[in-house]
Amino acid sequence: MFDSLQAGLTSALKTLRGKGKLSESNMREGLGLVQKALLEADVSFSVVKDFIGRVSEKALGEKVLSALDPSQQVVGIVHQELIDLMGPVDHSLHLQPGVTVLMLCGLQGSGKTTTCGKLGRLINERGRKPLLVAADLQRPAAIEQLHVIGGQLGLEVYSEPGAKDPVAVCQNAVKHARQVGANVVLLDTAGRLHIDDELMEQLKQIDRRVSPEQVYLVVDGMTGQDAVNSAKAFNEALELDGVIMTKLDGDARGGAVLSVKQVTGVPIKFIGTGEHLDALQEFHPERMAQRILGMGDILTLVEQAQQKFDSDEMAKQEERLRKGEFTLDDFRKQLGMTKKLGPMNKIMGMIPGMGGLTEMMGDMDAEGDMKRLEGIIDSMTPAERRNPSKIVDQSRRRRIAAGAGVEPHEVNELVKQFDGMASIMKELGSLGMRDRVRKVQELQRGLANPNAQLQKPKLGTGKRLSSEERAKLRKQREKDLRRRKREAKKSQ
Amino acid sequence: MGFFNKIKQGLKKTAQLLNTDVRDLFKSQGRLVDDGFLEELLGVLIKTDMGVQAAGAIVEETGSKYRARVMQMDELLCTVKTKLKSLLVQDEAPIRFAPEGPTVIMVAGVNGAGKTTSIAKLTSLFQSQGKRVVLGAADTFRAAAVEQLTIWANRLGAQIVRGEPNSDPASVAHRAVALAIESKADVCIVDTAGRLQTQQNLMQQLTKIHRVIGKQIPAAPHEVLLVLDATTGQNGISQAKHFTEAVHCTGIVLAKLDGTAKGGVVVAIREQVGLPVKYVGVGERPEDLTLFVPDEFVEALFEDLTTAPAI
Repeated sequence: MFDSLQAGLTSALKTLRGKGKLSESNMREGLGLVQKALLEADVSFSVVKDFIGRVSEKALGEKVLSALDPSQQVVGIVHQELIDLMGPVDHSLHLQPGVTVLMLCGLQGSGKTTTCGKLGRLINERGRKPLLVAADLQRPAAIEQLHVIGGQLGLEVYSEPGAKDPVAVCQNAVKHARQVGANVVLLDTAGRLHIDDELMEQLKQIDRRVSPEQVYLVVDGMTGQDAVNSAKAFNEALELDGVIMTKLDGDARGGAVLSVKQVTGVPIKFIGTGEHLDALQEFHPERMAQRILGMGDILTLVEQAQQKFDSDEMAKQEERLRKGEFTLDDFRKQLGMTKKLGPMNKIMGMIPGMGGLTEMMGDMDAEGDMKRLEGIIDSMTPAERRNPSKIVDQSRRRRIAAGAGVEPHEVNELVKQFDGMASIMKELGSLGMRDRVRKVQELQRGLANPNAQLQKPKLGTGKRLSSEERAKLRKQREKDLRRRKREAKKSQ
Repeated sequence: MGFFNKIKQGLKKTAQLLNTDVRDLFKSQGRLVDDGFLEELLGVLIKTDMGVQAAGAIVEETGSKYRARVMQMDELLCTVKTKLKSLLVQDEAPIRFAPEGPTVIMVAGVNGAGKTTSIAKLTSLFQSQGKRVVLGAADTFRAAAVEQLTIWANRLGAQIVRGEPNSDPASVAHRAVALAIESKADVCIVDTAGRLQTQQNLMQQLTKIHRVIGKQIPAAPHEVLLVLDATTGQNGISQAKHFTEAVHCTGIVLAKLDGTAKGGVVVAIREQVGLPVKYVGVGERPEDLTLFVPDEFVEALFEDLTTAPAI
């Protein structure tokens, strides 16, 4: 999501790292790169200037310069400043007893109608009854669009075909909500330019007549420097209560998040991360800041994993791992669970330090590969799955390949890879959390070589022998050889 | 109303903002060009969304030419404009029409960029040139997208080929081109669903639509237009890159330039991807589409600056 911003900042911070102590000059160089990264990420110029100013002020203090690892501290300061800039958050929709009205506004094409559907779904899940209101009378077929979305979600949509006055539609909608017993009214207003005085006046009218509990600005996450202008204008006209940032599932650098927050001062409530109607997440500045700094969004991943991984199954696996048991069956289960999380590259991006890997994966069809692996494993007998490298011979390989619809060599590759993986898993299982993270990082460095496969670590050959010992062993071997020859002669 | 006026109109409010920025820069007769000065210039350029690279190059050039000199406003503007104009030089003819048979134009872009509205505008433009247009509503994914284009088609009196929701967009494109050939239409415009450039499967789908169109008319699609939201920041570069990789875009339609956004990212796109801007969208009505003229685009960007009385 924030990949590019992250990549930029990571490289900027790398130049800061590894320099024994920070001087004012090398600090400036590093912070110059931070500034460039932020600007490339579409953070507003003035926000960047402020940000760099604050960071350098803090970083140049005596405390940092005399610290043991100053670069770490600078990273800490940049991190903290990013959090301060984007936070604090308030995810509450402030739903009141009785009818609560929420209004969505924004520029054309920012994603209001889709977001309206996503919010409706969320509210419905929380046990309230939403009413979606098609107050966009401007764009052709906007009303139909909301009806289709409402139909998909099984939510009621209020619209007045042929109506000309969105203010009246909104007022009627609130009345209608009371009649049908809906308790959250979501107003999907038409997209408009913030400099269109007439349409902005219309928004104010709706605001006055309907007095929504909360007014949310929907902002396209790909917006550039202009984000500041439009957010400011909408905030002045309506007093926004929150911002919803959309289209953050692409490679948009998302700097607009920083700008909009800074300019309006209202919390970023949610982020849209996909076209599907469940792709709406709460916004977490801490995670975002960590992610931007290349620390990954491990918390989000854990949260998703907790939702989708079967926690009993996880515990069982953990237990087996600790005992050093890892079979293809376990691998198969993990594949299944990983698939539930979502597309591979999305997951990889969330793991700390794996951001670069996503890029490397590029066109790799991870899902297709996973499906094939599953197919191969499914074609094995339970015994083969428990101990593939010992049992699977040529004829079994051919049988498995035929069953899975793959080439025999692919079966071989899986078995080989599994061998490497199993030994790593066993090792990981025996490690504590801290060592485990270190080990995983080590593995990633290894993975950076595209030709590398997971290798079975070479086992030691035992102890080193001194020359005397070797001589002794040689004598022993020769003696044995002579004895065998003698015995062979005797038996003839 | 010519392109120049329309842009000016759109940029009038923009210019107020731009104006104050730059007027701050040139408070008196001239200013000493120093780090602070260059930093301010960078800020102004960055705010056009042209990107750090292009803005940095301009600032560097200004720095090397004028550092430690007192600078007049006109001098600086000349440097900046010349630089921008030389970056944006392009052919004048926006659309290469097929020598015979229908000219097929495929339109692509991210979600909410303004594809459907831009298609309506293009249709209206071609119709005003006396051409007959067939539309292919191949956005079968987004709710009511087909209806949206149908409403436009009815308003403008163009033929339209529709697809069922969630049906294969390539088949819609195929039928649209077939109809255009059969009915001897002059232009066939194929709408596609909005997609983020990072969604590989959807980008492959786009490639397929492109391929299918090429099966009926070998040179088709004659133009592949990427619709870009003028408010888009540096992500526009990634959009241009990935869409060009997938479907060989031939140009950009810069939509929503009537706001305060300046669309400067096209400068960076031109520089890094080489994609020219063909048309500019400056309003919500079907006639609010004009040809992109680089010199005028650059001039209009700084228009109020030159007419402002030199203080």
